[in-house]
Amino acid sequence: MIRLKNINKSYTMGANKLHVLKGLDINIDEGAFVSIMGSSGSGKSTLLNILGILDDYDEGEYWLGDQLIDKSLSEKQAAFFRNQHIGFVFQSFNLLNFKTAQENVALPLYYQKVPRKERAARALEYLDMVGLADWAGHYPNQMSGGQQQRVAISRALISNPQVILADEPTGALDSKTSHEVMEIFKKVNGQGITTIIVTHEDDIAELTNQVIRLKDGQIEN
Amino acid sequence: MSGLFERDKWQEIFATISKNKLRTFLTALGVFWGIFMLVFLLGMGKGLENGVYKDFGARAKNIMYVWSSRTTLPYKGYKAGRMVPLELADLEILKEKVIELDKIAPRNEIGEHPVVHGIASGDYTIRGELTDMPLIEAFNITSGRYINHSDVADARKVCVIGETVRDVLFGEETAVGSHLTVRGVDFKVVGVYEPGQIKEWTREDMESVVIPLTTMSRAFGTGEYIDYMVCAAKPGYAVAQMEPKIREVLKNLKSIHPDDSSGIGGFNLEEEFQQIQGLFFGIKGFLWFVGIGTLVAGIIGVSNIMLIIVKERTKEIGIRKALGATPNSIISMILTESVFITAISGFLGMALGTFIIGGLSYLLISNNIETENFYNPQVNPIVGITATIILVIAGLLAGLIPALQASKVNPVVALKDE
Ligand SMILES: Nc1ncnc2c1ncn2[C@@H]1O[C@H](COP(=O)(O)OP(=O)(O)OP(=O)(O)O)[C@@H](O)[C@H]1O
Ligand SMILES: [Mg+2]
Repeated sequence: MIRLKNINKSYTMGANKLHVLKGLDINIDEGAFVSIMGSSGSGKSTLLNILGILDDYDEGEYWLGDQLIDKSLSEKQAAFFRNQHIGFVFQSFNLLNFKTAQENVALPLYYQKVPRKERAARALEYLDMVGLADWAGHYPNQMSGGQQQRVAISRALISNPQVILADEPTGALDSKTSHEVMEIFKKVNGQGITTIIVTHEDDIAELTNQVIRLKDGQIEN
Repeated sequence: MSGLFERDKWQEIFATISKNKLRTFLTALGVFWGIFMLVFLLGMGKGLENGVYKDFGARAKNIMYVWSSRTTLPYKGYKAGRMVPLELADLEILKEKVIELDKIAPRNEIGEHPVVHGIASGDYTIRGELTDMPLIEAFNITSGRYINHSDVADARKVCVIGETVRDVLFGEETAVGSHLTVRGVDFKVVGVYEPGQIKEWTREDMESVVIPLTTMSRAFGTGEYIDYMVCAAKPGYAVAQMEPKIREVLKNLKSIHPDDSSGIGGFNLEEEFQQIQGLFFGIKGFLWFVGIGTLVAGIIGVSNIMLIIVKERTKEIGIRKALGATPNSIISMILTESVFITAISGFLGMALGTFIIGGLSYLLISNNIETENFYNPQVNPIVGITATIILVIAGLLAGLIPALQASKVNPVVALKDE
């Protein structure tokens, strides 16, 4: 499903060059449930952004399915891949505050040109899946962190992606809520969607089937 | 911009706008004010213009007045200081020699004389004329007719009287067909007239009795002299072109030195009119300049605020991009918002400007307020259309830089968790 070959990524800041990812080789099978761990600054988010085609890499190859993702991909194509194949979940939820839960969930479908009515219906369906159908008309600031994250997960799922990428999805939640959220991810993964979660917490990583440990831009173990 | 008319996109934009009211309002304010000022200023300018042009009324503007005055140079054995009156016969010669000349309306006045009808009487100016004065001075013939060619040719004893004369002499009676007496001569009234505008300076028209010049000459022994004549240029010819030729012909005819600045006097109304037109052209140019300036300031304001908005919305744009928004869809979103806000606010500004100008106009008219130099302020529909086009273009321009900025938002940076 996901194949990384010798991925290198550096950030240049003025005269300094920061080599963040140092030749990563990673294979993730379809339907895998993976966590990425590592200390702060080890390059976890950078890796996840590359996987999500939000960022590009300097060297190596990244295959998503049988599509080579590289710089020849136009912005428009990248947008299409993000929209159709990838679902994002962030630590700080990143919901639009001026939209209701339902509208937030429906947004990816807007960029797929799905008709409005159908968008609303499907958004409600996906909210229902995370147990928030009754909260459809609420705005993010009227919801708890756990609820917001569940809305964000619905949003990531609505376009029926092949991969869910979550960057510290439980980082802003207490442990009880964290486990509830992880339950949802587990359910999602159960449907065959490849799920990749970046986390700091061992008990979260334990819930996944495979752990990738990053240290100084390289894979440990 | 393929999807400019997609309902969905508009709903998305409406949702964003209506949920960020203060932001939208602030954006809209500059353009609203700019277009309001433009419409208002131009409307007031039009009022000023109408006010001044109104004094000209419907009268012909391509005319000049010609009269004779005392010479100042000796010529061909004549001494300086000679007075050479104009004569009816001069008209034919002028018509023949000055091709630019269209119509000539001469007038001879023999001062005020008692005019009598039955027991009613009054002192009125007696004028001798030909047929064309109403065309040039824009007289209204309120009943009957003016002097016609047969009246002149046969030197008939007919007259046309001003409204005041009719009022005093005839009251409720029908004037046309009745008779009146001037210096013992009986005249039949064939028409009543009044000036196009009843003003202080047209009062004399109201208080005149007009008879054919030929009749005047025979009945009162005025020879065929005339006091002055009004010469209208043919369409397409400038009075300034005609004026020197008329002077030349008349000077030659009356043996006046070609270099004499006096002898033949003239007043070019067209030139006067053009000067006023020029003045208003300048005023209008200035008002446009001020109005457009205000508008441009408004547009720059919109652009600035849109830039700030884009900054403020970096996170939102990053989220949209992560969810699959293409750069084009982001550009289109910001541009449409910008055009929408400018167009709506501009339209409101235009509406308010038009409303105030219209209201002012209405108040002036309904309260019969006659102000010197101000009349019927108007908003030219062309201004409205131009402004609308300007607004849409302005919206596009104002949104352009912010939109490009927005499309370049890097979602990785925008979504970085602090
Ligand atoms: N846009 C950027 N420009 C420059 N340096 C960056 C940028 N993004 C990340 N870095 C640097 O790259 C390194 C890896 O960052 P990254 O965000 O991938 O770490 P991380 O493992 O996610 O850390 P954390 O656990 O704190 O989230 C860090 O040293 C960071 O400062
Ligand atoms: Mg990180």
